[in-house]
Amino acid sequence: MFSHLFLDIDAGTINWSRAQFALTAIYHWLFVPLTLGLAIVMGIIETKFYLSRDVFWRDAAKFWQKLFGINFAMGVATGIILEFEFGTNWSNYSWFVGDIFGAPLAIEGIVAFFMESTFVAVMYFGWKKVSPGFHLASTWLTGLGATISAWWILVANAWMQYPVGCEFNPDTMRNEMVSFLEVALSPFAISKFCHTVTSAWIIGAVFCVGVCCWYLLKKRETKLALESMKIGAAVGLAASLLAAATGHKSGMDVAEVQPMKLAAMEALYNGGTDVGLTAIALVNPFSQPDYQNDTEAPLKIEMPYGLSLMATNDPHGYVPGINDLLNGFTRPDGTVEPSADEKIAMGKKAIAALAAYRNAKKTGDDQTASSALQELKDNMQYFGYGYIRDKSELVPYIPINFWAFRIMVGAGCLFILFFAVVLSGCNGFPRKLWANRSITSLPAWHYWMAIALIPVAYIASESGWLVAEFGRQPWTIQDMLPTWAAVSDLHSSSVMITFFLFLILFTTMLAVEISILIKQIKKGPEYEKN
Amino acid sequence: MNKTGFLYRAFDLYYDGFRSMRLGKTLWAIILIKLFIMFAILKVFFFPNFLKEHAQGDEAGYVATELIERVNSE
Repeated sequence: MFSHLFLDIDAGTINWSRAQFALTAIYHWLFVPLTLGLAIVMGIIETKFYLSRDVFWRDAAKFWQKLFGINFAMGVATGIILEFEFGTNWSNYSWFVGDIFGAPLAIEGIVAFFMESTFVAVMYFGWKKVSPGFHLASTWLTGLGATISAWWILVANAWMQYPVGCEFNPDTMRNEMVSFLEVALSPFAISKFCHTVTSAWIIGAVFCVGVCCWYLLKKRETKLALESMKIGAAVGLAASLLAAATGHKSGMDVAEVQPMKLAAMEALYNGGTDVGLTAIALVNPFSQPDYQNDTEAPLKIEMPYGLSLMATNDPHGYVPGINDLLNGFTRPDGTVEPSADEKIAMGKKAIAALAAYRNAKKTGDDQTASSALQELKDNMQYFGYGYIRDKSELVPYIPINFWAFRIMVGAGCLFILFFAVVLSGCNGFPRKLWANRSITSLPAWHYWMAIALIPVAYIASESGWLVAEFGRQPWTIQDMLPTWAAVSDLHSSSVMITFFLFLILFTTMLAVEISILIKQIKKGPEYEKN
Repeated sequence: MNKTGFLYRAFDLYYDGFRSMRLGKTLWAIILIKLFIMFAILKVFFFPNFLKEHAQGDEAGYVATELIERVNSE
């Protein structure tokens, strides 16, 4: 029936589809974290107003809510494009896992979106219409709605990294959900949510402090800048420390369910016990290292026992390297991890069994169908490996994983220091350090440095996503479906056209957002009479 | 109409809010243009439902053929 199908999918289609998805996801993620982060800042500021009834705090809250609203308006619905892409570019994927993947996205659309859009209206229109308490609740609920929205999106993403709570039905060719709770409360999803949301708070805090520093640089709105900066720095410091802690938990999860990603992040070619955490090494950013023949990345400087500790919570814990994962290894507890070749063989058995099952069902041969079904179930765990043509395809692109991870962690450490210094300056503590200076009258370069950290925060956050998504390659769903099986049989030129259309659309939106934001920041807060 | 009733107050919140918008008008215009581009242009002309167009009503069969045949592709 489908004999017209091309058996060879154009490599360009896969790469353009991947590039397009990456582009839209990266742009979407420019808007989302600022929404989540500013929600905390404006919520705290309005709480200050509610507690003190000082109109200064009301005007400050309105100012930050205005900046929040600009970003919210620019970001709204940008994620829908990703769903368009699922249906067109990734149709095999959409059919194969749509029952599971679609559920959290649908919940996100219905519950969180309506919650956000209801309370955001009260937040903007309700200052003189509802009580201060109800208004404050609406402000916090707007932020909570955005955070719940993020929760369901991250549940969907976490499922791609760690598919649980499902069973494959060879009749419908769909993975069907057998446990909603396993999907919704997957430990991977919880860690991912906590790490992603706390990192978004950092962006909100860096943005807040950066805007305040611009006012201090211009010697205007000093009170708003100082008071907002205190809040921004406190949120930022707390978020940075939480992001470090949740990052550790995420690292442990990755070590357990995506060890190849961890090995690529660390450029760990050969694993073992007592493995050090690489601080820096000379990994060529432009080519895949020769991990089969090199023992380790050149000029490696490491923190002894660090990786074992990060991955297993035990400084002597065993961490497999890329070659161990490809060739198979025995864990300290005696369990044997099959080699890539063995997994590929099992994957091919699963796919052959699927074909046999469907043929047998068509001809009404129940006995063959039953034995094929058993064979499929026995090998389903490695279904996706059946598409792997060479085991080197199982190794993600190491340079991107290695460097993106270091940019994210390096920036995270920088932010802890930065927020601690800003908080110290805002409170004039320790007194010795701040005796002869004030944070409101520092040399200009201090403020410029703080402003320059705004793009650094975005780069760090996007780097985190690069690690998460590049590290999962070649899989769209871990161990289940590689990109070249998930992609639609499209012509690459059609995907290329929409790639550039999105590039133009999103770049225009970003330019418009930045321009409106700058205009409003320059305009400053509007002080109303009591 | 009972001006203290919930429905009136909810209507008034939105009516008055939209009427007195300043920056909000620009933002709403951007949102509407964006939604128009997304749904009336991109979705209609560039993002059709691939399976609906190609599977002739047998999506499971189409995806099965795709996934089974692709294992042999080089």
